[in-house]
Order: sequence, then structure tokens, then C-alpha cells
Amino acid sequence: MSAAPKPYYQDTVLRLKSYWAERGCIIQEPYDLEVGAGTMAPETFLRVLGPKEYRVAYVQPSRRPADGRYGENPNRLYKHQQLQVILKPSPADVIDQYLGSLEAIGINLKQHDIKFEEDNWESPTLGAWGIGWQVMLDGMEITQFTYFQQCGGIDLDLVPAELTYGLERLVAFLQNVDSVYDIEWAPGFTYRQVRFEDEKQFSIYNFEVADVATLWKLFDLHEAEGHQLLKDKTIPLAAYDQTLKCSHLFNLLDSRGAISVTERVGVIGRVRRLAVGVAQIWNEREQAEVTA
Amino acid sequence: MNVLPFYLEIGSEEIPDWMIVPALNHLQDAFQRWLDANVVGGRVTKVDATPRRLVLHAEGLKARQEDTTEIVMGPPRSAGEGALRGFAKKTGATVDQLQTEVTPKGEYWKFERAVPGRATSDLLGEALPGLILGIPWPKTMYWAGKTGPRWIRPIRWLVALLGDDVVPFEIAGVTSGRESQGHRLLGKDGVIVSAEERRAKIEREIEALVAGKGLRVKPDPDLLHTLVYITEFPTPILGSFEEQYLKLPREVLSTVMRHHQKYFSVESAATGDLAPHFIAVMNTNADPEGLVRHGNERVLRARFNDARFFFDVDQKKKLADRVEDLAHVTFQAKVGSYLEKTRRMIALVKELGGNEHAQRAALLAKADLTTDMVKEFTDLQGVVGGLYAKEQGEPEPVWRAVYDHYKPLSMEDSIPATAESRILALADKLDTLRECFKVGLQPSGSKDPFALRRAAQGVIRILVEGNIALPFAEQGELREFLIDRIRYYFREVRGYRYDEVNAVLASGIRDLPDVAARLEALRAVRPTEDFEPLAASFKRIANILKQANFADAGAIDEKLLEHGPEADLYKEFERVRKTTKTSDYLPALEAIATLRPAVDRFFDKVLVNAQDDGIRRNRLTLLCNLLTEFSAIADFSEIVPSNT
Repeated sequence: MSAAPKPYYQDTVLRLKSYWAERGCIIQEPYDLEVGAGTMAPETFLRVLGPKEYRVAYVQPSRRPADGRYGENPNRLYKHQQLQVILKPSPADVIDQYLGSLEAIGINLKQHDIKFEEDNWESPTLGAWGIGWQVMLDGMEITQFTYFQQCGGIDLDLVPAELTYGLERLVAFLQNVDSVYDIEWAPGFTYRQVRFEDEKQFSIYNFEVADVATLWKLFDLHEAEGHQLLKDKTIPLAAYDQTLKCSHLFNLLDSRGAISVTERVGVIGRVRRLAVGVAQIWNEREQAEVTA
Repeated sequence: MNVLPFYLEIGSEEIPDWMIVPALNHLQDAFQRWLDANVVGGRVTKVDATPRRLVLHAEGLKARQEDTTEIVMGPPRSAGEGALRGFAKKTGATVDQLQTEVTPKGEYWKFERAVPGRATSDLLGEALPGLILGIPWPKTMYWAGKTGPRWIRPIRWLVALLGDDVVPFEIAGVTSGRESQGHRLLGKDGVIVSAEERRAKIEREIEALVAGKGLRVKPDPDLLHTLVYITEFPTPILGSFEEQYLKLPREVLSTVMRHHQKYFSVESAATGDLAPHFIAVMNTNADPEGLVRHGNERVLRARFNDARFFFDVDQKKKLADRVEDLAHVTFQAKVGSYLEKTRRMIALVKELGGNEHAQRAALLAKADLTTDMVKEFTDLQGVVGGLYAKEQGEPEPVWRAVYDHYKPLSMEDSIPATAESRILALADKLDTLRECFKVGLQPSGSKDPFALRRAAQGVIRILVEGNIALPFAEQGELREFLIDRIRYYFREVRGYRYDEVNAVLASGIRDLPDVAARLEALRAVRPTEDFEPLAASFKRIANILKQANFADAGAIDEKLLEHGPEADLYKEFERVRKTTKTSDYLPALEAIATLRPAVDRFFDKVLVNAQDDGIRRNRLTLLCNLLTEFSAIADFSEIVPSNT
């Protein structure tokens, strides 16, 4: 390995943020509700719609209750950190810019193997899909690269590039450790110290404790509130929060094993109806602003 | 005339490997058709590709099309001066450039317009965007806004050279030029454009990596194809993993390496056992510090740890205790859950005469669908169940049946090896076929989402190759569907001629091993001297009976038989009839073939439509008996003579 001192987890995050800030991105903070992926934050889901340019980068803690392993599996997490970059429209040299970001965090590409392997992204819950790759570094997936095509069922005016870095994997690679819990987050603090309790306690909650009846009740309440808010065509952001709540509750119910395969499609459809409603209102407002 | 070479390179972001060869073939054909249609001469001499470029070479293009003339017909000469001037104006000619032509309808004005051939470069420039964007990809995207073109991935550069000159055109803001782009990391010397060279490099270097180490790599043409088309400069490396992981089932290790990491598995050359090594193929030229090898080993270790984690977690609940959980796993929305399927499979296994082991295997067969291992590695369904059943102390016939019950997975795959696994595999596939047909999910055209053709092919192969004489009792649409697949199997897989298959199937289907035995006998007897002429006579008999609308194979009145050929034929019929009462079809067919002289003489000398109705009916009865009696193995009237 190279002789340079290992970058701490937070160094890598900071370097990526400055790299993308230098390329014209707004550096946003994570969205403050539970989301399953950086894509679900409004900074992606809503901003990719409509004819206005946008460039943003942010870290998004992403909760996937079913992926929890009580902190026992060295590579699987209930909540992992994604660094999400949206470049709208996608520049022609987007891949070169992306490869530059790897160099910026200390990967000498001349000494490594990079492959772009077909991996199209789709979220039935969001009515969204895109075309792209998983980027493989020495056989490990480090980034999902997607050209967004549709969001909330709407064709996108400007095709954005979405780069999603899996931070734990990337840093485990840079620090050459086999377990994400051994990552050094900051001098004197490991990932285990920062996050282990989080993983353990929420695995217990997600798999064992969460009350299914309550979750369904909450799902119904948030769904009803979302539809109520959609009737007022002026505050799609508020309706979107209710959509995210429903999406997270769906994931929780799923990890409790409370959704049968036959029900699944129906529940996904309920969340999607909210998402599509929000996207339509947001999109109409964006289009109107540009023509006005 | 001077001819020119043409070179086209479409530079793109990484195209999915499995789409590249079909796209190249399409481009080659479409471009050749374009050359021909535009009479500019030339042949496409080569197409090639890497993930980032499709390349086409053509030779012998003319710089210009030939000049031609186009005839524009005008008004009749009798139409007068005004019409003539109007025609001249319309064609842009002067009146003295116009000519007349005498046609069957009278004399007409015409104008022969000279059409100068156009420059090939101009024609190409106009046509190339359409030719390139016309490549039919399985899934396309837009990248330059939603009004922009659609292609498989963004087009980033275009090279188009006719001779030394750039053919100008543009797609989505990219203009053609003479500059290509190199490898993303290695630059201009880092691209091996020829797929064949990349393939050869991988194969050669893998050999070198394992040489002298007592290792060998299991050939895997599909994986090799993938690696050839996801690299521009492939270089294999040999990596290792710790021996402790070899305790995990080989199937799991291979699947992780093959499907998740695109690695070749490595075996001990001496024993064939999996060795603690793998071959990864990089898209770069070297790994001097071993960083790439180290990274791949790290990833594989994590993957294997995951698999071990799944394995350990899965063992906490035995397969037998998971069966009830199948109520929550949908087989098909209209058909129901895997628990229901399991119950039907158990009943069907019993019905097929399956023993206790086979019935136990049917109970456990689908339980692995609830395991973490199968959720992670879906390709290993069945295999994981079998391995877990073994681990959990099920008897060998049980776990083997579970392990193999998805077989055969393809035409090349073998059928399951044991009696129990064959019955279980049959029950699974038959159940799928029956239930899907029952709710109207039969395949249509190229659509076969439930892989029912493969299921049917599996059923047929297990019955024939496993020699299981299950009465063929399916009814309705499923029966027709299966007969269609039976025809396909015997013709395309077993190589029987279509008339042989028709002849045998026309005599009915008792069970499939019987069909196979009859076909084999028919193929053996066919080249013998008497067989085809006799088959022709049988066709004649069938026609005679059809014309007479006669189908009575009742008793023959011996007294009415005319002495000579007719009585002889009857004697022969009685003689042969005794020898064909056997399930050994070849001697039976050979015996039937010996009827030929008697049948020939009968048709030579005897008039079937005798004046006397009693005699006529008796003769028809004789023929009908002959046909019915000897058509049980094959309906010879279906045989089409070979050399006429």
C-alpha cells in the first residue's frame, strides 16, 4: 500500500464535498427524515424534475431496516451513509469528473482496476428509474452511477447524472480493513464507537419490537395526511414528507415480515400514488416558473 | 475508378457486454444494405467492438455515385401548346429539351432529366446518424434532454473517414472527426479493439498463471464472453482465499465467484476439487504492486463471510420447520403459494409411484426459498435445499432429490440422476404446467414468462431419457402444447426426420419411452429395401379407404377371397400378424416390410372395386385390417419417400 497516511472516514467525506463544491455543487446537509437512499431526499427526488439546472452534493444516512444485522455482520448495515451527487444536466465529461473524484480521495487509478458494469436503477415506490452502471474498483462496487430518466412517472427535461458513493465500503477499502466497524472515523474514534449501538438497537427494534398494528396505523395516518396535503396544490414539500414517512413505515413493516408477497405490490402502489402526486405538482410549478 | 476505404467508430460510454455482438451484427447488415441501395459499391470487411466503441471497416467505396437519368412523362402531344409549356415549366426544362414517346395510349411528351451522381461523403453524412441511431438496443436512454436522441449509452465521439477525409455529421452535439479516444486509464495504446485478440490474451495469460502450480481453470465460455466485452485491455490475475472457506459448499463458493465477482474458479488439476484461488480479469495492463489482487481478495473474503453468515443463520431453522412459511411465498398470484404447490407436489409424487424418500423430498423441495442463502443467491435454489437437507441428516436419496429437482436447466444440462429426483423433478414441472395452463398462463409467441417451454422440455427429457412409462394422459391445450414440444424434442434434439415423427405420433402416444422405441425401430427399418415402397402402398390403401369412406376392420370372409394374389395377401397378413404381437418393434417392422411383394402383387392383379358388392366390401375389409393392424407402431402413410 502507499505510504501516505490513511485518510479518516471524515477526511474522505470532506474531500469529496470539496471536490464537488469546486465543480459548482451546492453542499447540502442530509435530509432530516428517515429515507432509504439519498435519491429519496427532496434534493434529488424533486430537484431532478423540471427544466432548471441544479447541482448538489450531500451525505445522506440511509435506513434500510431489513438490512440490519445487529452489528454482527462486518459489511451489512441497517443505516449506511451515502454521498449523493446530482449534476443536472449531466456534463459531457461526467465520467472523467467522477474518476477525478476518486483521485481526489487518494486512489491512484493507474494502480487499480476500474470497470463500469451494467446496473440500471429502478424504484417502484418512487415511480423512478434510470440507466447506468455499478462502478467496480478492484472487484468492489463503490458507486452507483445513474442517468435519471423518469421520476414520479415523469420524463425528465434535463437528464441528470446521479452519483451515489457507498461511503463505508469506499473508506474500508481506503483504510484496508475487513469490517466497516474497524474504520477509523476520526483520530481516536472508530466506526464501531460511533455507530455500533445504533445498529444493534435498531436491529432489535426493526426485527423484534416494532409493533405491527401501530406501524399500520401510522402508515394509514401519514398516507391520509399526504393525500389531504396534495389537495392543496401549493405545498408539495409537505406532502412529500408524508410520502417519506409512509415509505419508511413500509420498510419497517417489511422487516417485521408483516407484508406478504401478494400485499407488497399493493402497498408499494399506495406509496407511489403519493410520490407521483407530489412529483406532478412540483413539476407543474417548475414548468410554470420557467415559462412565466 | 478509384475506390476508397471507409472507417466508422462510434465512441460511447460503457455498453452492456451482452448487447454488443447483436448490435455489431445489425450495424454490419444495415450498413451493407445501405451501400447496396445507394450504389456506391463497397463491402463491409470487418466490425469489432470494445465496451466503449463500435467499429466498422468497409472497402471499395466509390467517391461518387454514377450519373443516371430519370424520365418524367408529360401530357399527350394532342393536349396542345399550353399543356406543353406547363410541362416544360414544371420540369424546369426548355421546350426544345423535351422529347416525345409513342406509347400504347398515344404519343406523349417526356423529359429525360440528367441526375448527377452524388458524392458518397455527402450521402454518408446524411445517412450515418440514422444508421447509428437505428441500432435496436434492448433498452435505450436519452442523455441530451428529452428531445435528444435515444441510444444505449451516451455517444461521446464519432470517427468517420472516407479515404483520408472526414465524413461530416453530428449526433446530439458530437461532431464526427478523425480523433478517437484511448483507454480510460491507459490512454491511446491501451485499447485492444479486436475482441478475438482480447479473448486470446485472456486465455493465454490464464494458462500462464496456473502453469506449473497443479491448478486448472474450469472453462466457462459465457463468463469469458462477458469479460471480453467489459474490458478494453484485459489482464488476468491469480488471487487466493483462505482454505477455511473451502468448508462452505463448493456450489456457493462458485456462485459467489462467478455471478457476483465474475471470477473463474480454480481447481486442483489432480483431484478436480476447488482450490483456494480465483482468476479475476482486470481492465488494465498490470498489477505491479499487487493492489488489485489484494482488493479483489478483500472483497471475496467479505462475500464469503456473508455466505457463511447466511449458512449459519439458516441452520437455526431446519428445512422441515420452514415448510409452513411457504404459505407466505407466492408461486404465482393466480395459482397461489409455494405451500399449496408443495402439497400438490407431494400428492403428485405419490401418484407417480414415488417412494417415501421421494415424498419426503417433495415436502422439503421448496423450503429453501425461505432461506437467506437463496434470497441472496437465487440461482442456487434447490442446490441450497439439497445441501441443507444433507447437513440436517436427511437420507441421501432425499437430499439428492431436493438438490437436483430443478434439472434439467437447459437442453445441455443432464436430467436428474436418481429415481427419486426424477419423480420429484417431474412432479414439480408437471404441476407448474398444469396449474399455469389451468389459469390461462400458457406461453404465447416469444413470451414465456413462466418458462413453461423449458418445464415441458424437462418433463419430456426425464420421461424419455429416464425411461419412465408414464401414460400420456394430459388433455386439452396442455396436450397440444406438449405434443408440440415432443415433436420439437425428437426432431431438433434427437435428429429424427419430420415424417418419422409424424408417422409415429399419428399412431398415438401411450407413453414417451414407447414413442422413442417406435421411432428408433422406424429409423432402423427405413433404409431397408422393402420399407419405403411398402409405406407408399400403405398410403395408397389409406387413400382407397378414405375415398370409399370405409373404416370397418371387421372379420374377413375367407370364402369370398379370390384364389391367387388376394388369398396370398390374406395368408401373408395372418402370418405377419402373428409375428408382430411383440413389444420389440424392430423385428415387427421388419416382418411388416416382408409384406411388400404380396401387397404389390395384389395391387397389380386385383381390382378392389369389384362389381360384386360383397367381394368389394370384403376386399376393403382386408385392406382396412391390414392398415389398422400394422399402423400401431407408425402410420406409414405419413412417410414421405426419401429419393423421388
